Amino acid sequence: MKLKDTLENYMFVLPATLIFGIFYVIPFIWVFQLGLYDWDGILPTKVFVGLANFQQIFFEDKIWWQSMRQVGYITLIALTFQNMLAFLLAWACDREIRMKNFYRVIFFIPPVLSEVVVGLVWQWILDGHYGLFNGWLVKLGFSNLARNWLSDPRTALTTVAIVHSWKGFGWGFLIFLAGLQTIPRELYEAAHVDGAGAWASVKNITLPLMIPVAVLVGILTVLGTMQAFVLIIAMTGGGPAYHTQVPVLRILGSMRGSSRFGYACAQGISFGVILVAISFIQYRFSKKSRV
Amino acid sequence: MKTAIYYKTKRATVNLLIHLFLLTVAVTCIFPLLWMVSSSLKTQEQIFRDTSLIPREFHFENYYLAWKEGGFGRYFLNSIAYTVLVVIGIVVIASLAAYAFSRLRFPGRNILFVMFMAAMMIPIPGSFVPLYVLLNKLHLRDTSFGYILCMINVGLSTSIFLLKTFFDKMPKELEDAARIDGCSKLGIWWNVVLPLSGPVLAVVVVFNALNVWNEYVLALIIFDNKALMPLQVALMTFQGEFITRYPLLMAGLTITALPIIIAYLLMQKYIVKGVTQGAIVG
Repeated sequence: MKLKDTLENYMFVLPATLIFGIFYVIPFIWVFQLGLYDWDGILPTKVFVGLANFQQIFFEDKIWWQSMRQVGYITLIALTFQNMLAFLLAWACDREIRMKNFYRVIFFIPPVLSEVVVGLVWQWILDGHYGLFNGWLVKLGFSNLARNWLSDPRTALTTVAIVHSWKGFGWGFLIFLAGLQTIPRELYEAAHVDGAGAWASVKNITLPLMIPVAVLVGILTVLGTMQAFVLIIAMTGGGPAYHTQVPVLRILGSMRGSSRFGYACAQGISFGVILVAISFIQYRFSKKSRV
Repeated sequence: MKTAIYYKTKRATVNLLIHLFLLTVAVTCIFPLLWMVSSSLKTQEQIFRDTSLIPREFHFENYYLAWKEGGFGRYFLNSIAYTVLVVIGIVVIASLAAYAFSRLRFPGRNILFVMFMAAMMIPIPGSFVPLYVLLNKLHLRDTSFGYILCMINVGLSTSIFLLKTFFDKMPKELEDAARIDGCSKLGIWWNVVLPLSGPVLAVVVVFNALNVWNEYVLALIIFDNKALMPLQVALMTFQGEFITRYPLLMAGLTITALPIIIAYLLMQKYIVKGVTQGAIVG
């Protein structure tokens, strides 16, 4: 009776465990195995090469390191520009103003769209020859600024980073707004009674209380941005000449472009370790800031 | 001397500036989409010359062409089918598991639950590489079934977490009453627990539906057969093949984006809830 009962309980988790075991656990183990092989993904024979893939990643693959720097740059812009914008908007919405709901609804439209849609629409707007953006620049008399934003090596990466921020700031906005709304209004009233100005109450009440929220938004931004790549596929495909390559795009390229499955897995491991390390450091930092 | 009028004017000015700031950002959020729709209604000729937001004539036949010739009709139906089937799969499988993790006892329960949660936290960039190999071995690559199973797996951990958190807070009295009346565990899950879980199910459905509809990379590596592709991959393929047919591409993009925007506007309450809940969790 007892055994039958337990078996019955297992039936509830069986489908989830099966799918999870096959489509998460097995690939997870295989990443580490395949990373040690040289394999084109088709031939039945794999050549064991030990750590040679990792050696190549660390010491020879210049484009890999370029892609790491570039994703770092995009992340930096997301952390500063995107999150600052998100905070300012949330702060502006956290008061008795009209159309508050309207703004909240609108700001979250870019995040619900797919990266493919966002990428292709912005690519069209920023098109060097027929794009609306250059058209406006010319009309406003800045024709010397008009350029092929996405195929000029000097502007491609920053342009991609800004479109990424456009797509992403709504997340930070919603979380910041939820955080701001938990601050008791009495604190502001008390400060006002004590004669504190607007800036003083922001500095002494809002900012200190928002530090944990800011750390949380920071963690989500870093982990999200470091792994972003579909938007870049849709906008530039990684070009011009590797100038907008990012690590996950390199992994996809090693797999589909050069048919080096083992190398792609080794790249995945190298990058995954970095991501885990970053989130661990940030987690420790967030624990500290909560005290 | 600072009078009441001074303060009133000051507050009005501040409010005006705040609205100006918010409105500017709101316009940049919407404008690219309006431009997308506008471009989708122009002819191949006009699109490169006419920079007006409202086209002189509305060429709705672009949508017909995109739907028929561009094949977006088929891709649209594919996307709908994948989204519906994956979401149903996730709701059933995740709620069964979450119910077990919340209420039932069996050896290994906690370890199993921790594994699901760890999967939510540990990123494996490039997990699509071994997944491709696995699907090849199982002869599931280039099949809808393989894609659906992969996408169910993608949404599983988070959904189990959301559902379990909700079940944990649900009062047990109703379930006890049903049990005394002779209801089986499966019967309780279906007749008592699920009907009471409306709010959390809405969050799970909305987020997973968005996720499946917008998914790109797994569909890219799984499907070779064009007839099985969802919209996101089809858009990139179309753009690669017909690089200058902007009106049709824009019509395709509108076909892809519109259902999501409508669904979002209808369900935005749950999305806001999900984001803030998810954030507190993280």
